Amino acid sequence: MAEHQHAHVEHPDMYDPESSKIGMWLFIFTELLLFGGLFIVYSVYRYLNPDAFHLAAEELNTFIGAFNTVILLVSSMTIAMSTTALQKGHKKVAIALVVITFIIGIGFLVNKYFEWGIKFSHGIWPGSEQMLNEMSQGEILFFGLYFVMTGLHALHIIVGLIIMVFAIKGVSNGKVNAKRPSLLDNCGLYWHLVDLIWIFLFPLFYLIH
Amino acid sequence: MHTTNAVNGANYLTYQGKYKGLLGWILSTDHKRIGLLYLYSIAAMFTTGVLLGLAMKFELLAPGKTIMEAQTYNATFTVHGVIMIFMVVVPGLPAVFGNLMMPIMIGAKDVAFPKLNLLSWWLYVAGVFLVLSALLFGSGTPDTGWTFYAPYSFKSGTNLLPAIFGAFVLGFSSILTGLNFLVTIHRLRCPGMKWTKLPLFIWTLYGTAWIQLLATPVIGITLVLVALERVFGIGIFDPALGGDPVLYQHLFWIYSHPAVYIMILPAMGAISEIIPTFSQKHIFGYKAIIVSTMAIAFVGYLVWGHHMFTAGMSGTAQYYFSLLTFIVAIPSAIKVFNWISTMYKGSINIQTPFYWAVSFIFVFMVGGLSGLVLGALATDIYVHDTAFVVAHFHYIVFGGTGFAFFAAMHYWFPKIFGRMYDKAWANVGWLIFTIGFLALYSPMFYLGMMGMPRRYYDYLEEFHGGNILSTIGSWVLVTGFIIIVVNLIRSARKGEPAEMNPWHSKTLEWTVTSPPPVLNFEKEPVLGEKDGPYNYD
Ligand code: HEM
Ligand SMILES: [Cu+2]
Repeated sequence: MAEHQHAHVEHPDMYDPESSKIGMWLFIFTELLLFGGLFIVYSVYRYLNPDAFHLAAEELNTFIGAFNTVILLVSSMTIAMSTTALQKGHKKVAIALVVITFIIGIGFLVNKYFEWGIKFSHGIWPGSEQMLNEMSQGEILFFGLYFVMTGLHALHIIVGLIIMVFAIKGVSNGKVNAKRPSLLDNCGLYWHLVDLIWIFLFPLFYLIH
Repeated sequence: MHTTNAVNGANYLTYQGKYKGLLGWILSTDHKRIGLLYLYSIAAMFTTGVLLGLAMKFELLAPGKTIMEAQTYNATFTVHGVIMIFMVVVPGLPAVFGNLMMPIMIGAKDVAFPKLNLLSWWLYVAGVFLVLSALLFGSGTPDTGWTFYAPYSFKSGTNLLPAIFGAFVLGFSSILTGLNFLVTIHRLRCPGMKWTKLPLFIWTLYGTAWIQLLATPVIGITLVLVALERVFGIGIFDPALGGDPVLYQHLFWIYSHPAVYIMILPAMGAISEIIPTFSQKHIFGYKAIIVSTMAIAFVGYLVWGHHMFTAGMSGTAQYYFSLLTFIVAIPSAIKVFNWISTMYKGSINIQTPFYWAVSFIFVFMVGGLSGLVLGALATDIYVHDTAFVVAHFHYIVFGGTGFAFFAAMHYWFPKIFGRMYDKAWANVGWLIFTIGFLALYSPMFYLGMMGMPRRYYDYLEEFHGGNILSTIGSWVLVTGFIIIVVNLIRSARKGEPAEMNPWHSKTLEWTVTSPPPVLNFEKEPVLGEKDGPYNYD
């Protein structure tokens, strides 16, 4: 009862892990639809400009893309392990695993920074002189979509990292624990989503030729 | 348990929580207070939108320039449309009455995520300020129409970015409300509240929430693309760079057609509460209404193309969209039949909400039938982008959602404020408002058929007569509106104290005191076998 007495009366303590989980899944749904709009745009333009998309895709560095895919997959594993660790009550392990995931996420962004940096140094960015003057319309569309979709994805990585900071804080001060794991669980779900979207982006931009 | 004791006896309006005064409202996570916050903010936006509408009608009083230049007119219809759609009718019933009543109607203490609920309201306010900032600062008020059609939306020199960003934020608020409601309805129904005992208003909120969740992200990303197009020229909708403006229209309407059902479904839900209450009779065809609600929510996704018959689509696509548009009319018609059958042989108690409900059915039918004219290929080509379209959507959105909103306002008023309004003045307000409405929009059907285009600040002399009638109608309507609002505001402060259940309803919100206590129920309600939202026998 002690816990109840402190509950603020306006929102009585209604912790329900099931609700949090459903809520998170629904949110993930909306995120998928957000990218879904972009996938529609991508498929329409790929269908209309098959050759240009082929040419433009050759410009991308498959190695960096593949490397990022691999480390992102690993990070999905580490965050999944951390939720399991928390369930078993291994607080320290759980924290360590989220921290590892966080570091990998930063690594992804660093790679992205170099990748985009190379493009910029070649004069390729949305609306650049080089693009407008030397590229065909299909190639412009390809790079337009490339920057928008990978950029939006990178933004999601950043959001994921921010959630991780809260998760780490919560686990270390005990507010997130084996009995109330929702924050960490949802953080994990979100990170899987970010991973999943990348799994689609990678072949679309780097592999299909 | 001292916290609960302190609250006993206090209702949600007078309760003093952690914060006092204004802060006690704008930081409150109580769903009822959030509902009222929405009510006040939406009422303010509605009034603003009405004033802009009046200004447009004044401009159209006579051919040529009357009070404003063409560019001002373009800005006025844009802001009017953006305000009315994104800030008034989309959040309208779900955010106001969903928040005020839904948890009580399903026997819950609050929504599933009270803090997220408050965040949704804050996002709403942020979106409003962003859009309004586009008017006050920068290089001119947006002039694209609320549809932000490409390529003009990234060529126009006006200050579109904040407006687009504002619409995006408003969409986010809408998604979060939908998400919250879905989880609440799934998880927090009281014991005995089976899905087949859920009040129909809740069912429509449920359908609406799915649409909010599944459609809004698409407009979100589309608006982001337009913004990026303006800032960076990424080329996606820019024909000069190989992009396709018609693709923009597809993406826009993939959201905005279903959004029409975000606006109308909860309106139908409110009417489905009001009709049985004032007929003192079980609603006719409870299950048929649920099925038609979900059918509308589903088929509504597949008909966006009817906005683009003239934009260059393949013939096959045109047939398909036309056929499906006709099919959505069926579930809507089912509902009308259900309401009318509910009234049949009921013991009808004629009160203000009932007047609003019946006039809702009438204007909704006119709007729906004119919708068939627009859904049919041949006739749409003829009246596309004319005043006919303006008449049609005002009959549906204003006559539908707006009338249902006033119906709901008068229906739940005693519960919300614990006081009664002056019934005579309420009826007078309704009558004048309705007459004004009919005079304002009916001539537009005729004008459109005769060929008067929409979004023009000028017209030919031959359209003068119809326009005079329409403008006078707008004055009558506003007179009614003022009477209604003054009556409600006065009654909320000074009206007679209301009983617990003045209309003898059967839904749960009428089993608690008026206004409801802070935690909604003294003890958790339990529905027995025989209890149901419409069991009047
Ligand atoms: C007193 C009330 C109102 C008046 C006098 C009014 C009048 C008008 C007028 C004159 C137009 C411009 C038509 C044109 O030039 O093409 C218009 C457009 C519009 N109105 Fe209203 N209106 C009112 C209420 C509403 C309400 C309640 C809604 C929404 C529920 C609404 C939604 C819109 C929209 C979406 C447009 C379209 C803007 C566009 O795309 O051009 N209006 N209205
Ligand atoms: Cu439509």
